[in-house]
Amino acid sequence: MSATMSVTRNIALAVVLVLAIAMPALAASEADFKAAFAAAEAAEKQADQLRNKWTTTETQLAAAKKAAAAGDFDAATAAAKEAEALAQASIFQATSEKERWKDMEIR
Amino acid sequence: MRTAFSLASICVLAWLAPALAADKPDPVADQKAFQNFFIKKFPKVKYEDFVNGPYSMDEGLHRQWEEKEQFPPYEFAVETGKEMFATPFKNGKTYGDCFANKGIGVRQNYPTFDEKEGKVITLELALNRCREANGEAPYSYLKDEMASLTAYMAFTSRGQKMDIRIPSDPRALEAYENGKRYFYTRRGQLNFSCATCHVQSPGEHIRAEILAPALGIMNAMPIYRSEWSGMGTTSRRFLTCNSQTRAVPLEPQSDEYRDLEYYLSYVANGLPISGPGARP
Repeated sequence: MSATMSVTRNIALAVVLVLAIAMPALAASEADFKAAFAAAEAAEKQADQLRNKWTTTETQLAAAKKAAAAGDFDAATAAAKEAEALAQASIFQATSEKERWKDMEIR
Repeated sequence: MRTAFSLASICVLAWLAPALAADKPDPVADQKAFQNFFIKKFPKVKYEDFVNGPYSMDEGLHRQWEEKEQFPPYEFAVETGKEMFATPFKNGKTYGDCFANKGIGVRQNYPTFDEKEGKVITLELALNRCREANGEAPYSYLKDEMASLTAYMAFTSRGQKMDIRIPSDPRALEAYENGKRYFYTRRGQLNFSCATCHVQSPGEHIRAEILAPALGIMNAMPIYRSEWSGMGTTSRRFLTCNSQTRAVPLEPQSDEYRDLEYYLSYVANGLPISGPGARP
C-alpha cells in the first residue's frame, strides 16, 4: 500500500468519525424544540402586553408548531428560534419607541 | 447668600419652563402646526382638496377621480345605508332616535368624547351601541352593513366642516395624546409609523399606490377601495395599515384605534366632510 493511499484512508476514517460524533449533536430533539418554543412564546407574550406583536413572529410560531407536528424537530426548532428573535425585536421596538416617537412629531 | 440662592432658583426655573411647556399637551397648537406642515409642503393643493387623499397629490389621478365621481363606486353603499337607516328596529325605533338631528348631517362631530364613560365614541361604535340598545345584534366593524350606514351618514354631512371637540376633561386630553402617540409610533417588522407614510411621504409612490396626506384622511371615510373591491370602514383602514407594516392589528374599536381616530379627526378640524370616498 502506498503512503498516499494510507493517508487518504486515514482522512476518510477521520471524516466518518467526526460525522458520527457530530450528527446527534446537530439534530434537534423534541426537547430542544419545546425549550425553543417556550422561549419564543414567552417573548411573544411580552410583545402582546406591549400591544406590539408582529405578523412575522406569528407566522414563525405557526411554522414551528406545524413542523413539530410532522416530527421535523430541526425545522421546528429553527422556526421557534426565529420567532423568538422576531419577538425580541418587537419588544425592543416598543420599548425604544416609548420616547422616540416624539422625534417624528410635527411641531 | 440668600440673594444668590434666589437668583439660582430663578435661573433653574427659567431654564426648565420652556422644556416643561414643550411637553404640555396643546391640541390647538398641534392642529395649527399639523395643518401648516401640509399647506407648506403642498403649496399648490387647495386647502379643501386635502380631504381627497391621493387625488389631491397627482394631477392625472385627480382627473381620473373626477371621471369616477360621475358614477361613484360607493353609490350602492349610500343607497343601502339610506334604506337601513330608515328601516325601524323590531321595537319600532330607528337609528335616527340615537343621534342628534335624527342622525342627519352629524358625521363631522364624530368621534366625540363621552364624559360619563371617559372614553372616545366613534360613529361606528355609536351605531353598534344604538343597535344593541334597541335589542339588535351588532354589525362587524369592518365592512358591509357598517360601511353602508356610515357611508349614508357621511353623505348627509358632505361639506360640513370637521368639528371635533376636546372637553375640559383630563381624560379627553389623555385620549387625544394617546392617539397622537399611536400615530407617530413605529410598529411592525417594517418599522413604520402611520406618519412614515402619511406625513413623511404623501404624494410618493409605495409600489403602485400614491400615499395620501394625513391631513383630512378621516374626512373621506368610509371608502370604496379598488384594492378591496368593496367598501371599508375606518376600522378596516386602520387594521389593513397595521398588517401592511407587518404588525398584528389590534381588535376593531380598541381604545388605541378610537384615540387615533380622535386625534386624526381633531387635527383636520375645519376641513369639509367628503365621505364616502373612493380610493385606488
